[in-house]
Amino acid sequence: MNNELPPGLALQKVDERIMTLNVGPQHPGSGHMRIIVQIDGDYIVACDPDPGYVHRGEEKMAEYRNYITNIPHLERPVIHDSCNILYPYVLGVEELLGIEVPERAKYIRVIASELNRCVYTMYWLAIYGIFLGHSTMFMWPAGDRELLIDLLEKMTGARVTHAHFVPGGIRNDLPPNFEDVCLRQVNYFEKRIKEYAAIFYDNPILIARTANTGVLSRQDAIRLGTTGSVLRASGVDYDLRKKEPYDVYDELDVHSNVMNEGDSYARSKIPWLDMLESCNIIRQALQKMPKSGSVRVKLKPNPKGKGFDSVYKRVESGRGSLGCYIVSDGKPEPYRLKLSVGSFRNLIALPYLLKGEKLGNMPAVYWSLNYWPVEADR
Amino acid sequence: MSVIAPNFKFSEFVKSILDNVFWILLIFVLIGLPAVFIILFYIEMPVINGELLTPFLALTWLADPSRTLPILKAFMTTDLFKIAAFPGFGFAALIAAGTIFIERKMLAKLQLRVGPFYCGKFEGILQLMGDGLKLLSKEIIIPAKADKPIFWAAPIIFVATAAAFVALIPVAPGWVVADVDVGLLAVFAIIGFFPIITILSAWSSNSKFPFIGGIRALHQMVSFEIPLILSLLGVVILTGTLNLSEIVASQSNFPWIIFLPIGAIIFFITILAELERIPFDLPEAESEIVAGWLTEFSGMIYGLVQLGTYLKLYAFAALFVVLFLGGWSGPMIWPPFPEEIITDGIVMGPITAKIPGLPVFSQEMLNGVLWFVLKTVGVIFFILLPRGVFPRIRIDMLLSLGWYKLIGLAFVNIFIALGLLYAGVLGPGGIL
Repeated sequence: MNNELPPGLALQKVDERIMTLNVGPQHPGSGHMRIIVQIDGDYIVACDPDPGYVHRGEEKMAEYRNYITNIPHLERPVIHDSCNILYPYVLGVEELLGIEVPERAKYIRVIASELNRCVYTMYWLAIYGIFLGHSTMFMWPAGDRELLIDLLEKMTGARVTHAHFVPGGIRNDLPPNFEDVCLRQVNYFEKRIKEYAAIFYDNPILIARTANTGVLSRQDAIRLGTTGSVLRASGVDYDLRKKEPYDVYDELDVHSNVMNEGDSYARSKIPWLDMLESCNIIRQALQKMPKSGSVRVKLKPNPKGKGFDSVYKRVESGRGSLGCYIVSDGKPEPYRLKLSVGSFRNLIALPYLLKGEKLGNMPAVYWSLNYWPVEADR
Repeated sequence: MSVIAPNFKFSEFVKSILDNVFWILLIFVLIGLPAVFIILFYIEMPVINGELLTPFLALTWLADPSRTLPILKAFMTTDLFKIAAFPGFGFAALIAAGTIFIERKMLAKLQLRVGPFYCGKFEGILQLMGDGLKLLSKEIIIPAKADKPIFWAAPIIFVATAAAFVALIPVAPGWVVADVDVGLLAVFAIIGFFPIITILSAWSSNSKFPFIGGIRALHQMVSFEIPLILSLLGVVILTGTLNLSEIVASQSNFPWIIFLPIGAIIFFITILAELERIPFDLPEAESEIVAGWLTEFSGMIYGLVQLGTYLKLYAFAALFVVLFLGGWSGPMIWPPFPEEIITDGIVMGPITAKIPGLPVFSQEMLNGVLWFVLKTVGVIFFILLPRGVFPRIRIDMLLSLGWYKLIGLAFVNIFIALGLLYAGVLGPGGIL
């Protein structure tokens, strides 16, 4: 067996009992990637995820654009979570350029990133529902997501690709009367997602299907380097909003949700609990936010870093820790930019989780990893 | 509103027909008339109003429409009408089409959507016709290494088997295509056919996902056939017959669901599994095995399988009504026919249409059909409902449900039926 060949091309021993299935990239249950699954009867004996079908070279592209023009294309890997994927980049550039952000802008950033986390999680939840054959759970989150998208549209001017965070604050101030609208929408949204428990999370068939499948123990979760909801579902209390508070998260009361089971059910429930927590954070931020003031520091055109310098910043995105490493050599463009995304780190756990599972558990385990193929490929 | 065929004009359509009217007449005279003569030569002619039905008499509607009424009435008593139109294929296909529409609209309301809306004037009622036309116009792609004769034959056999199932269902007293004495046994035999067709079509397409889907369907149908048969034994014990019409007639006072609720519940669950409906749609689980055993089907082959599936759904729902809900029996709510129709006939301009006594569609028959359709649609609604509420279950959970729980409950049901029989409450010579 030649290990240097890419997956799928490597020579393998022919076995009469083993059947190889190419799940994806043109498969309703794969996303933009391929999972090579080898099954013996109904049991998966080996699984080889093969991402890279939507690789766009975001990191290399960033080396040819200056710090401001990088903003719209760096959010493309996760357009549903565009505020969160820009967050570490913007924080890093601010540190490189030595900018102090106004207080009001910090609060608005927190609100925008929490709203975006909910938008992303609703999309994820919709796909999790349809992967388990629950079509109502596809339609409801896809519809309720519109509430927050409308809110973000009022706030930023765009429905999904906001490009709202800029080094030095945010692009535009909030529209008038935004606080009241936001509070009303968020309260209604919270009421709606609490109803999901009755049809989805307390459904006996769902619990029977996802409980005790794809169990990731606490030690394995740490050893494999998983982050975000996958790590917290395995009993590790690790939320960057609490551990390394950025912007104003240290002034807010953030509760991080932890479950100890480590199975697919826990992994699918943690993002839902996080959405409820996000609603709390938004309400707190709306209360503590300065009612007026500047939201953006004027920058010089084409800002440059001071000599050779590097910075690494990370935030808690919808899929876990999202880091951005920027190396500057004193030019207007970054010398090197590296995104360290939660999706790819959670995908590493997939072969370990699927081994020995039934084929019917594959979508339940795969999508419970809170994984977004486009972000993993970057 | 979007225009589907922007260049379509009705006047041009009519003009094109008139352009071809010569050819249409020629074909009618050269092929159609001889065909009618040949058919009428072989078919046994009914005698209508004292004269034998000849091809000339059959074509008198061109001159005198009133003479066709007795012909139509005579046609309604033939077996051909029963098979093609009323208790048979046409009626079942109509209910199946209604089922698809109800399913889509109901599911849409449940999921806070609109559902089909634009096709047809009212709430997208013609959507099914549009879908059917689309399927008809699509290319049928056959995998290169498929076993072509079986791949072609499987959907057709599927529809034929489903139609044979429909033929056994009594809709009203005397209105059944095939009134067999061993009706329930014939039902079991037909149900036993479906897994074979499924595995044949899955295997013949020579593809991995259909193969897995076919194996799953085989497991599911075979393991749920046993509780299905056992759950119906209670009814057979109490009625003492296998004839479906007699089973309905035995429920004229009360339906069997009152005494055998466990059997009804088991039968309902097995219906869901046999029909591959959610939560038991493992053979078509899209996120695991694309579309299961339907993956390689395209165009009208897929349309045929869908037609067969919904015919099967109607037949199972109707079987539930026949066995547990009392079939056509119900209070008389159909209004009686006016006297003048029965005696004097209807005056339609210069023609007086006399329909003495309406022997074909009696009041009892129409009332029975109404109750039957109402009950069947109710059962179909409950078959459709889980699709909006439940996720799909896994194959091991399905098999343990079928082999352990349902078979055990089915024996409990049989003991209840035997107890009722020997206690002298029900059955031949019982108090009720």
